[in-house]
Amino acid sequence: MSERTWQILVDAFPKLLEYGIKVTIPLTLLSFSLALLISVGVALIQYANVRVLRQICRFYIWIVRGTPLLVQLYLVFYGLPSVGILLDAYPTAVLVFGFNEGAYMAESMRGALESVSRGQTEAGYCVGLNYMQIMWHIVLPQAFRTAFPALSNSLISMVKGTSLAASITVMEMFREAQVINGRVYESLGLYTEVALIYLAFCTILTWLQHKGEKKLAGYGR
Amino acid sequence: MMLEVQGVRKEFEGQEVLKGIDLKVNKGDVIAILGPSGSGKTTFLRCLNFLERADAGTLTFDGVTYDLHQATRRQIAQIREKTAFVFQNYNLFLNKTVLQNVTLGLTVAHHMPKDQARTIAVQALERVGMAGRLDSYPLQLSGGQQQRVAIARGLALNPEILYFDEPTSALDPELIGEVLAVMRQLAEEGMTMLVVTHEMDFARNVSNQVMFMEHGSVIESAPSREFFANPRQARSREFIRTILEARK
Repeated sequence: MSERTWQILVDAFPKLLEYGIKVTIPLTLLSFSLALLISVGVALIQYANVRVLRQICRFYIWIVRGTPLLVQLYLVFYGLPSVGILLDAYPTAVLVFGFNEGAYMAESMRGALESVSRGQTEAGYCVGLNYMQIMWHIVLPQAFRTAFPALSNSLISMVKGTSLAASITVMEMFREAQVINGRVYESLGLYTEVALIYLAFCTILTWLQHKGEKKLAGYGR
Repeated sequence: MMLEVQGVRKEFEGQEVLKGIDLKVNKGDVIAILGPSGSGKTTFLRCLNFLERADAGTLTFDGVTYDLHQATRRQIAQIREKTAFVFQNYNLFLNKTVLQNVTLGLTVAHHMPKDQARTIAVQALERVGMAGRLDSYPLQLSGGQQQRVAIARGLALNPEILYFDEPTSALDPELIGEVLAVMRQLAEEGMTMLVVTHEMDFARNVSNQVMFMEHGSVIESAPSREFFANPRQARSREFIRTILEARK
């Protein structure tokens, strides 16, 4: 590697990291929180078999899982303004990432809810709990534990997915790498560098996942 | 009369599994419900606590009559407040400790302060010999221990009657004794109990009344001693003989 390339990468590193910490991570956390809310709601509606809402949920999952994330971003950011819905790039990214990953996570949650034995609910009724109390104290905690690895997967996939926000003008880590590259033409070095930063983020998350799973293993299995 | 059940009917997909069951329970009664598999005895017990919805039948509890088919949510809650249910598979809350399993109904459903619930729970767990495992999770316990915790969970609710659905059927043979011992002790203390079981010794020596069911009907209802010494129905005699022979 030449002296020049090395200098470019060293200069770029703090800028890339800054965007990673100030944009990529908050964007991921916001989108993931939204996805989590959506997924729990959608999973509960299906689990409780609420009639019309259940069909709407199936429709949502069908559409979202059946179309590319990049297309969804373009549709909302470039397409919707022509029918008068004009959203800024950042909120668009949060909404699209949230609704997109929410569909996958909803399926993980639904599977986890259905894996909780029916006897748990019956025992809850027999000690006087109502449906909501049973869900809150017994079924959801157990389902979260089962879904935890799948949800962690979604979070990790979302960290990397936020790089697609660059395509709708969100100034995030990958976009910054593109901008720097536009000035210095060092594609191999810069994109490797930004890839390594994503890798570092995901490594930390993987480590957190293992810690979380150990903690949740406290039920004695 | 504490509890009277009349005309309980239930169909599953066109198959009639309960063909009009009647039962009277006095305070302090320990009634063993016997019968071959598929006789409907578990379904009957589950109907009494609305774990299954009967197609017809009434239940009179402390002088108040409820329709087993049409009871409202509030009525069901009223009935469940007077009863506790012990399952074949224990069904302890897997995400809760032993102590939490017993207190959850008290604190969440009955809004009891935590320390008061804890006192009651510890007392109930002492009665079943499980007060030493307050912080264990269900899956860290043996089946017999789990079932004893499940009984304590029921006792803590201070029910008027305890329902047992084959409480020892899922247990390894060497663990059955400890659960039966707890049940025997409860019976001696005067607890009213309705027990679906295959344990003939329990039916003969602990229960004071036997209800023998087959194909969704009651074949014979009699005091236990009489039922075993002198069964009136040919089918009862045959059942007792088969069970006793199977044990040899």
